[in-house]
Amino acid sequence: MREEKIHFHPSGPLIALVGNPNCGKTALFNRLTGSFQKVANYAGVTVERKEGRLITSLHIALRILDLPGTYSLYPRSLDERVTCDVLAGRAQGEKRPDVAVCVVDATNLRRSLRLVLAVQRQGLPCIVALNMSDEARLRGIHIDEQALSAELGMPVVSTVATATDGDSALRKLLDDPAILQLRANPESLSNATDNSGQQTHADHERVQVILRKLNLDHLVPDLKTERLDRFLLHPVFGPIMLVVLLFMIFQAMFSWAQVPMDFIKDTSDNLAVLVADLLPDNWLRSLIVDGVIKGAGSVVVFLPQILILFAFILILEESGYLPRAAYLLDRLMGSVGLSGRSFIPLLSSFACAIPGIIATRTIPNQRDRWVTMLIAPLMTCSARLPVYALLISAFIPQTRIWGVVELQGVIIFILYFAGIVGAMGVAWVLKRFTASGRQIRPLMMELPPYRLPVFRNILIGLWQRTQLFMSRVGGVIMVLTLALWFLASFPSAPAGASGAPIEYSIAGMIGHALAVVLAPIGFNWQIAIALVPGLAAREVAISSLGTVYALSTTSEVAQSLGPLIAENWSLPTALSLLAWYVFAPQCLSTIATIRRESGSWQLPVVVLVYLFALAYLASFITFRVATALL
Amino acid sequence: MHPTQSLSQIPIGQLARIVSVKQCAQMPDCARQLSELGFLPDEHIVVLRRTMPGSDPLLVRIGVSTFALRLAEAACVEVALGDGAY
Repeated sequence: MREEKIHFHPSGPLIALVGNPNCGKTALFNRLTGSFQKVANYAGVTVERKEGRLITSLHIALRILDLPGTYSLYPRSLDERVTCDVLAGRAQGEKRPDVAVCVVDATNLRRSLRLVLAVQRQGLPCIVALNMSDEARLRGIHIDEQALSAELGMPVVSTVATATDGDSALRKLLDDPAILQLRANPESLSNATDNSGQQTHADHERVQVILRKLNLDHLVPDLKTERLDRFLLHPVFGPIMLVVLLFMIFQAMFSWAQVPMDFIKDTSDNLAVLVADLLPDNWLRSLIVDGVIKGAGSVVVFLPQILILFAFILILEESGYLPRAAYLLDRLMGSVGLSGRSFIPLLSSFACAIPGIIATRTIPNQRDRWVTMLIAPLMTCSARLPVYALLISAFIPQTRIWGVVELQGVIIFILYFAGIVGAMGVAWVLKRFTASGRQIRPLMMELPPYRLPVFRNILIGLWQRTQLFMSRVGGVIMVLTLALWFLASFPSAPAGASGAPIEYSIAGMIGHALAVVLAPIGFNWQIAIALVPGLAAREVAISSLGTVYALSTTSEVAQSLGPLIAENWSLPTALSLLAWYVFAPQCLSTIATIRRESGSWQLPVVVLVYLFALAYLASFITFRVATALL
Repeated sequence: MHPTQSLSQIPIGQLARIVSVKQCAQMPDCARQLSELGFLPDEHIVVLRRTMPGSDPLLVRIGVSTFALRLAEAACVEVALGDGAY
């Protein structure tokens, strides 16, 4: 739970890697820098900044910057704007690169060369790295490096980022100190400011000429990918395959994560007991045990699930399937005014809404991005499961419907389904009743060729996302947990008080006040009080309920809370609380992440208000209908 | 010389060349974005599949890359049919 320090290496020369998305730029970056990498954000924007270090054979440390992928220097998304700003030397707190290495997909020179020309026009010394040169050769594309170098007026080397030593030619070039003395092509500077469509066409013509000279001017089929697509994008089999795949990912997420989650939970519980024994019984012990240790434990416990989900997403991304999933789902998402690109963030939100909201960065359209952040909290995250499990095991009998399906399982399914339907409903309303919603959303999504994922890249990606999650989320959650611990602990109970101490705290007072508002939806004051600390993380509400009912130890909560509430609450109250948990923003960390990622207060406030309203409405209906029927 | 038609209307597997990318009323930025992705005059293009219901989005291959385009986006691209199949 530590904030990641950003290490700048201000002394070394700065080399920037520029390239189209899917050109293997990040793989080449990993190959060049190995484990010397630091991931942070660019100043003022939520775009991931990756810097690494490469020691040349002359022991010069080069700083290597992996810029976000872009198709042109006319930015569409936030990521692309950062790339433009850095290359132009306009980025805040960022040194202008000394050399730009244009990473070029050798199988797709046509498009890559236009970007090379645009980068060259920025007045930076450039090197071209013809990446995936092995794949190009396999496909019968032969590129004459020397001829290309002469045409472009810059050094050209071939690389294979996925092979050991596949970067040797580029390393050799960077080894040479003369590379840093490279001058920008003087004629290229003349029209550096002209970035209009006319320039695109002029570049296009120049690229056409170069391709014709190198005899690379024809349409090349990709038979392997097309054969796979015939099956995976089939109108019937395609969606079936996708559903099966998602089902398997969910299965893995819940079953594989069980052991490490139990381990983390036990460790934090044991640690809490251990520390509690060592310290005298005062507020400091309560702060460390209930605030810090249990707070940290309640967050870290979800890391295994998040990691498993991320591993699958990374494998799908590397293999080229992910954009195809987005393609298959585009129709469905389009019907509620979103594009297929919202699929990945929403999928991540089933583990936890926070990485889901961070993943919305890949959505270029601002409106789509905000709507996705708006509905991401409605996906049933795994923090709701302990609450669902408690209520369902206490109130829903273990019977089968028609002798085949478990009633408890059906209820879980309904809760998941209610969240998805709610999210779709909200998106649909926004599409129907806002002007921007009725516009046609652009898609224009590239489907890269299928590739075998490289294990090393997946491990590096997983490590970086873990760091990002822990540093981004850790701080926020700790602060919120501590704040709520304070609310639940002070002021302490007066001497000779009969109820649980939490009743006399600030949280208790808030809870008693809330109970009046929550009475129409069937919540008693005990629930109302437990909901307040439950704002730190959803499942904390359970231990808070234990505290309210004066159960002292964790094991006691696990054993006796179920029967206790089954005795004290009515069935409509339990159902109403389940409905509440489907919709309510019972997680301030999510709200804080939305604030951070959207860069405004408007969106988090809207999320808070509409989710509470939706939750209240759902619980009200559930409670009234259940009371009338049961 | 074949007459030009829109990319959204040509049959699957029919080789074509892009003639122009025109402005679209519903999506003002569409033409520029398409050009930046490589939808430019004289490029070879072929529609790979339009299997989703309502044939939206459709899959096209241009040069050596494959793109998913909305029908409305494809309608902005004017093509001339070439000879032969892909």
